[in-house]
Amino acid sequence: MSRRSIPEINAGSMADIAFLLLIFWLVTTTIDSDEGIQRQLPPMQPPIENPPIVKQRNIYVVLVNGKDQLLVEGELMKISKLKEGAKEFLIANGDGLRYPNKGDVENFPIRTRVSKTDVAQKVADYTKAVEDATDENTKKAFEKELKKWEEKASAIRLLGGDYYELPSSALISMQNDNNTTYDMYIQVQNELQAAVNELRDEVSLDKFGITYDELKTRYERKPDDVKLAEQIEAVRSVYPQRISEAEPNETGNMYGN
Amino acid sequence: MQAVSTASLPDIVFMLLFFFMVATVLRTEEEKVKVVKPKASEIEKIEKKHLIRYINIGPPQDRETFGSEPVIQLNDVFATVQDVQNWVDKERNTMREEEQSKMWVSLKVDEDTKMKVVTDVKQELRKATALKILYSTNERERTGSN
Repeated sequence: MSRRSIPEINAGSMADIAFLLLIFWLVTTTIDSDEGIQRQLPPMQPPIENPPIVKQRNIYVVLVNGKDQLLVEGELMKISKLKEGAKEFLIANGDGLRYPNKGDVENFPIRTRVSKTDVAQKVADYTKAVEDATDENTKKAFEKELKKWEEKASAIRLLGGDYYELPSSALISMQNDNNTTYDMYIQVQNELQAAVNELRDEVSLDKFGITYDELKTRYERKPDDVKLAEQIEAVRSVYPQRISEAEPNETGNMYGN
Repeated sequence: MQAVSTASLPDIVFMLLFFFMVATVLRTEEEKVKVVKPKASEIEKIEKKHLIRYINIGPPQDRETFGSEPVIQLNDVFATVQDVQNWVDKERNTMREEEQSKMWVSLKVDEDTKMKVVTDVKQELRKATALKILYSTNERERTGSN
């Protein structure tokens, strides 16, 4: 009887088997990433008794009907033109920096100058008001105002001079029909967002050398970076994002179809 | 020259495999509605997955039993618009207290759905003060970018 050692099992193919398993796993699992358009809904409020009258020129009205057609500022528009249209609304009377108040284009909002001296004055005024405030509520109100003006001051500093801001009532208003498809709704939201984002990117690239998107990504990574926060705030003060949606009405049909 | 021993290679690969198996979160919920997400370019990611709750809206997978009208799916059951508020409250209570205000609701809606049901759900979310929402979409290029 010959003594033989037990033959070793060849483990050479083991790696291949494991690799196959790994690849199978990688292919079959879909990493469930969640990305999309982020929105903040307005809180439920009782209807305002006497809504303030807003100048027509300060609102960019976008309506979508049940047949997915767009009516923008009273005229039919293709979705491919919406982005440019919305950009035009924001920069028609000067883009706030380079072509400040180049003229007065009718039916679009007029930007007003935010000047360094005015802002410095306001900051000083409100700092004093906060110090002098006697009760908590007025103090809080003044502090809020103060913060607003300090933000403007830092925007002027970062943008390298005075800028022109949109009136606070300027907004893009969107309303859809009950029969509008979700896809159309998303496309409209997307184009409006794209208009704001592209303008913001321009300013950000011009002043800070990186896109607005990049600014935000960096800020997310370093949330305690004050400089980044101020830069984001500065870009926002030139191009605020005000996309609002009309309250849904009882029937939800705009044209009674 | 002696060949490099490859004996530990299977172990290394197995380690990789296990790492991936552990790291990938498996969806426990069953998709009961068929959702083809719309495409958009201006999208943002939500990093903290545990803050997200999902609402699916679309035609049922099982059309023969449930018809083809769009329905709302909360967790893994069909629901009506009226259930949304309760669901939000319940889901909020599953989160840590300091994170409850950071809750995101992700709307996964089929692109052919009519806006009626979406608007209704949004109204319910507002009533439940779940105000941060995400319209879940797939990515596409920005149109006509210059």
